[in-house]
Amino acid sequence: MIRLLLIAAAIALLAVAPFHFYTVTLMTIMCFVVFACSFNLLLGYSGLLCFGHAMFFGGAAYVTGYILKSTPVSIELAILAGAAVSGLLGLLIGMLTIRRQGIQFAMITLAFSQFIYFILLQSPFTGGEDGMQAIPRNPMFGILDVTDNFTYYYVVMAITLVSVFVYYRVVHSPYGEILKAVRDNQPRVESLGFDPERIKLLAFVISATMAGVAGGMKATVYQFATLTDASWPISAEVILMTLLGGLGTLLGPIFGAGIIIWLNDYLAGFGEWALISQGVILLVVIVFFRRGFVGELSALATFLANRRKPAAKADAPKPASAH
Amino acid sequence: MFDGISTQLLMGQVLIGLINGSFYAMLSMGLVIIFGMMHVINFTHGAQYMLGAFVAWLLLNHLGIGYWPALVIAPVLVAISGMFLERVLLRPLAGLDHLYSLLATYAVALIVEGLVRYQYGSTGLPYQNPIPGGVNLGFMFMPYYRLWVVVFSVVTCLGTWILIEHTKLGSYLRAANEKPQLVQTFGINVPKMMTLTYGFGVGLAGLCGVLAAPIYQVSPSMGSSLMIVVFAVVVIGGMGSIIGAVATGYMLGVVEGLTKVFYPEAASVVIFLFMTVALYLRPAGIFSGKEQN
Repeated sequence: MIRLLLIAAAIALLAVAPFHFYTVTLMTIMCFVVFACSFNLLLGYSGLLCFGHAMFFGGAAYVTGYILKSTPVSIELAILAGAAVSGLLGLLIGMLTIRRQGIQFAMITLAFSQFIYFILLQSPFTGGEDGMQAIPRNPMFGILDVTDNFTYYYVVMAITLVSVFVYYRVVHSPYGEILKAVRDNQPRVESLGFDPERIKLLAFVISATMAGVAGGMKATVYQFATLTDASWPISAEVILMTLLGGLGTLLGPIFGAGIIIWLNDYLAGFGEWALISQGVILLVVIVFFRRGFVGELSALATFLANRRKPAAKADAPKPASAH
Repeated sequence: MFDGISTQLLMGQVLIGLINGSFYAMLSMGLVIIFGMMHVINFTHGAQYMLGAFVAWLLLNHLGIGYWPALVIAPVLVAISGMFLERVLLRPLAGLDHLYSLLATYAVALIVEGLVRYQYGSTGLPYQNPIPGGVNLGFMFMPYYRLWVVVFSVVTCLGTWILIEHTKLGSYLRAANEKPQLVQTFGINVPKMMTLTYGFGVGLAGLCGVLAAPIYQVSPSMGSSLMIVVFAVVVIGGMGSIIGAVATGYMLGVVEGLTKVFYPEAASVVIFLFMTVALYLRPAGIFSGKEQN
């Protein structure tokens, strides 16, 4: 019951947010929330460290952009198509890499993302170094005009809510449980008659598709797609977001994405300091707060609950988002 | 179309390939040594390579110390900073998932690169060629410095290989890699060896940086742009094999150079294409053998 009320409150907050904050920043945060959730599904719940997640994000951004530029297809279909292509790419790369574990998997996905990066750089349709400019926002369902940022905000919000809900459902499904079991003890799961590689491959494909949704949304929010979207710094940023928020926590990526995007926005005028501060945050999180923002908070909540048993419930609120 | 390619162009690109390959080989060798001993993928490697070049540049421009002394001083300084990093940051993370040490080294790379860029800007700084001139081989012009780089890197790689595979110190290292506790009971200080190994691997990166300074410009991003290729080299060669890393490094350098002659558009992706095929055919790396853990 309390949980439902909290969710309702969060949605209400999201719905009134554009009256108080810059809509583009809010939409960027939501794109990266979806992206970070997709990454958390991999690293947090299946233990697969993908070092090139930007290939799905950036790849889908280009596909969505290209469809919108060259056809009159409605915007939601273009985003879906971007996600589908991204999922296919995930399937292809996953089939080649899923048997490798840990660090090896990380290095290989990194190399593949670089591969995709160069392909995007040289393909004629992407516009090379200049990126893809002036991506139109075709009417939604073919009728609803979304060229206005304020209107489009609610579309992005709806897609984000659906994506986060799907992510929640995947994590809490029987499949999600098996996934976590594979992460914790793969031989055991195998001995119980499951096929860990197929389970992980499915997670990789779901994650790639979700990252594709995020990339497609980003292309429509900014109305351009650039090589940066598919580059290594974006892959690293999503790792930072997930880790900062709390690995394997449901709400972690949401907070992580919010904090990092807000920080990037704030530090945008300070040149190098945005990257340096990211490095420092990453270092501090790794050395001192490996459970991340949400992880440490819930640990604190349990700690307090154990100390003062009666007041336990009231002491474990999830703080309103840190704007 | 193949008739149109002159020997000059072909040999020129093979030479450029060999030079790039020298850097790939030395850098991936350092990575493999560090990985083999500590199970850390050193993401700072690129930044340490860049630091090597920058230290050489600073020595020349602020203290008037030239290339040859810098070839010794810069790697030693980079190695010392690396050993400090290992003691302060990597050792406390040693018992945890490898993910953390990997990301920690990445964070350090971000900070180092950012600070250097903040201080010196992102444009490349020129470094004077210490051995100007060259020799005309008849079919092509061979600058002395490039010849020096190739020879020097081959000697370094060979020397390192002998050190690790054929000396007593090397046997300690390999033993400590297999069974650290057991080696420790024999009275060998394993943590100290780890620090020294990391310092050695990082020093190699610094040495590479000094070698690269006169060829490429000294810039903050010179390391990060090279590193992803080097990671691919390590993946192709097999993570635990020094010989594999070195051979793959030279080979891919030449392959990349040749691609520039025959099909320039594919030059930047050929290494990754190679990696895909290698992964498909030999998932554990093409040089994986007994050393695969």
